[in-house]
Amino acid sequence: MSRGHRPAHRRRGREESSSRPSGERILVLPGEELPAHGLKPGPGTYRTGGKVYASVLGLLSTHPPVVQVIPLSGRYIPKPRDLVIGTVTDVQGTFWLLDIGAPRWAPLHMTGTPWKVDIGDTERFLHVGDAVAVEVENLDPTGRIGVTMMGDNLGKLEGGTIVHVSPARIPRVVGRGGSMIQMITRHTGAQIVVGQNGRIWVNGSPDAIRRVAAVLRLIDENGHRSGLTERVESYLLSTLPTSDVGPEEPRGESAGRLAPDDTPPFLGPTGPGPDPDERDPETNEPEGP
Amino acid sequence: MGNVGAKEVPVLLSPEGLRIDGRKLDELRPLSIRAGALHQADGSAYVEWGANKVLAAVYGPREVHPRHLQQNHKAVIQCRYNMAAFSVDERKRPGLDRRSQEISKVIGEAFESVVFAEEYPRTSIDVYIEVLQANAGTRCAGLVAASVALADAGIPMADLLPAVAVGKVGGAIALDLKKEEDNFGEADLPMALVPQSGRLVLLQMEGHMTEPELAQALDLGVKGCREIYEKMKQALRDRYAVGPAGGVGA
Repeated sequence: MSRGHRPAHRRRGREESSSRPSGERILVLPGEELPAHGLKPGPGTYRTGGKVYASVLGLLSTHPPVVQVIPLSGRYIPKPRDLVIGTVTDVQGTFWLLDIGAPRWAPLHMTGTPWKVDIGDTERFLHVGDAVAVEVENLDPTGRIGVTMMGDNLGKLEGGTIVHVSPARIPRVVGRGGSMIQMITRHTGAQIVVGQNGRIWVNGSPDAIRRVAAVLRLIDENGHRSGLTERVESYLLSTLPTSDVGPEEPRGESAGRLAPDDTPPFLGPTGPGPDPDERDPETNEPEGP
Repeated sequence: MGNVGAKEVPVLLSPEGLRIDGRKLDELRPLSIRAGALHQADGSAYVEWGANKVLAAVYGPREVHPRHLQQNHKAVIQCRYNMAAFSVDERKRPGLDRRSQEISKVIGEAFESVVFAEEYPRTSIDVYIEVLQANAGTRCAGLVAASVALADAGIPMADLLPAVAVGKVGGAIALDLKKEEDNFGEADLPMALVPQSGRLVLLQMEGHMTEPELAQALDLGVKGCREIYEKMKQALRDRYAVGPAGGVGA
């Protein structure tokens, strides 16, 4: 995970935000009839009387043979293998219940942790209110969400703060290939873990946390518009602390800026980034050659 | 529901066929809707309709409280309509009364007939409607606000739910009664329409109408609902407008 200069990503980020064909993106509302000629009604739609209508507010997507609506709002709908950030809401003998912003609370079983937990001893490891990074493991048809803490970048989150954005904005927060989140990290020196559920854990100096939170709010409010990368960058440059942190200076977690203690070295899932087709309805026009 | 203290019945309909505030019989009060008025809720809307001011917030689908209300095959819709103590001239005693319980129930049931609750079993969709200022027709204003808030919250449903009251004032059928017309008129008929199917999912009546008058009132109400429907859609389009950044402050 490089935090250095990544010109390729930055350039691509620019193109993505300035040359989007906005005419392609059609907003539909519940009850609106969709142009479905012979297409199968997919998620976000319903069929009645031989016609297909939208059931949620979102962007129309017609990839034959399916017509569907990609939601622009709403709670987090879990998907297997998503990294999510949750807070503990209840402690039972063999599991904890996590609020991950989904329709239901998600049980984290003691066998899904890297710790050796005895039955009835769960309280020693996590308390109500603790924050954790976990991965969605399985979903069953009744809506139960199984999560695990076994895996890279998963575990209890110590210190820091959690910022909420709309789950639909996560692709913009991460940016193509992780470009946006890398830019934010570079300019602030903060540690950031992005949960696909719209919860973002931020740690660092109070000033860094404040600036990251402000940038995330900016993305949350303007994420559906173009020109976002420029706005975020100009905000970050205009709020540079006078003392240190040059924008282009590659900067590790130097002592003093970040909690020097046992904070685990979590960095956001900025690696391969989300699959654009799956995760990013807003920027999924094909890239240049 | 008459205002007992009032002695004189005002002239509700002028000889020219204009109403107490100068509207024509088939004319709505000015209506403005803003989607996304609250940050914390999953969805919200603020409605100003004539002198009515109503705020709606939607949370969910989320865990059901209290637990025993949970349903294994679908989400429960819990609706709470409430009038602020300061929403009317004379202080309204805060809290649940029989009227607000009834309105909560009929609005919740109206939404149950359009929301696809089976998609989220064992959860709750909580709808809160707060009337900040009341001037007749608040259940319809609340329904309109809550419906926009549900769409803003990404809840799957068959359609938005426009609502309006039709009444009888000065012997004529009139759209969207205001307070004086509601208090001194002969009848009040609130309704909510599913525009996609043409079904009515809320219909109540107070007062008296003849059968032909009722038919005329339903007709007028459906027309009014379709007009309101357009404003609801516009409010959501404005909120989710797709355009270049800038303009909007950080």
